[in-house]
Amino acid sequence: MKLLKRNKKDGSPTISTASLPDIVFMLLFFFMVSTVTRKDTIMVSNNLPKADQIEVLGKRDPIMYIYVGVPSSRYNYAGSQTTIQLNDRFSKIEDIPAFIMSERSKKDEQLHNQMITALKIVEQTKMGIVTEVKKQLREMNALKINYITKKGNMISSF
Amino acid sequence: MLRKKRNAPEVNAGSMADIAFLLLIFFLVTTTTKIDQGISRVLPPKLEANTKPPKIERRNIFKVEINQNDELLVQEQPMELKELRKKAIQFLDNGAINCLYCQGEKAPASSENPEKAVISIVNHWQTSYKMYTAIQNELVAAYTFLWNREAKILYNTSYQELANQYDKKKAMPELRLNLKKKMETVRERFPERISEAEPKR
Repeated sequence: MKLLKRNKKDGSPTISTASLPDIVFMLLFFFMVSTVTRKDTIMVSNNLPKADQIEVLGKRDPIMYIYVGVPSSRYNYAGSQTTIQLNDRFSKIEDIPAFIMSERSKKDEQLHNQMITALKIVEQTKMGIVTEVKKQLREMNALKINYITKKGNMISSF
Repeated sequence: MLRKKRNAPEVNAGSMADIAFLLLIFFLVTTTTKIDQGISRVLPPKLEANTKPPKIERRNIFKVEINQNDELLVQEQPMELKELRKKAIQFLDNGAINCLYCQGEKAPASSENPEKAVISIVNHWQTSYKMYTAIQNELVAAYTFLWNREAKILYNTSYQELANQYDKKKAMPELRLNLKKKMETVRERFPERISEAEPKR
């Protein structure tokens, strides 16, 4: 009887949870490090078109962003016309060459040809301004571009 | 002395896990691992002065026009967007002259072979970007369809699979080179030739 009682006590030991915080903190740090935070604040409306033939831009690809759209309501001092946003500033089409030069100077020279210009353009934008932007890019020999889209079926949206 | 020792209690670390979990969940919810994705294109290089445009026969041009009301005109005929992909494939795959791998109907009015076939997009200044990307998407889809078909015949995988493998196997340069060669062979069968004209005002 005595033996059985002792066995019962030994048979249910409590699992130490002391290491649980460590494990969770490890996970926490992993997520904190691995998540990408947005570099630019987007100041134009951001309603991208949809497409299904898309390529994913890698995290390590050298990318420069050009945003085109109508200034969002917080920034309505910039007017309600379609504008271009480079870095954190509303800009004109003529500012694109200088922008590309400054972006290139941040990278190695070998990478200059591989730099991708990501065009985040609102779907209501007219092709006129898009053509102007593309002309500037050609002029600067920044030929790799990517029309950023959402994944989806675009035919159903017409 | 003894009393003092008794009065120093241990801090209970049991709730530490809860706090850490809370933080973890907060970060899980608030962070967006948004990866940008889109249609990749390469612009044509800047033209030298006085370069003459190459002569292309009428039958080898697949003309896609979009007007200011986002209406589509393909080969001078109005068309629905959903038909564009099929029509583009038909045009590229026609192969009337010198094309052993083409499976098209060899119509005399359509393209001679994929090497000569050119797709020409003409926008209007007022065309919406939405329509433009939709058309780009359909044309890329047409090429991808043909590449996939050829990759299936040549290497028994799809072109997209080859491209995926190429992206993944960064550590094995020999295998990558091999994959790249395969991709190029497939692409050479249907070289991507999309030209964009200056938009109409």
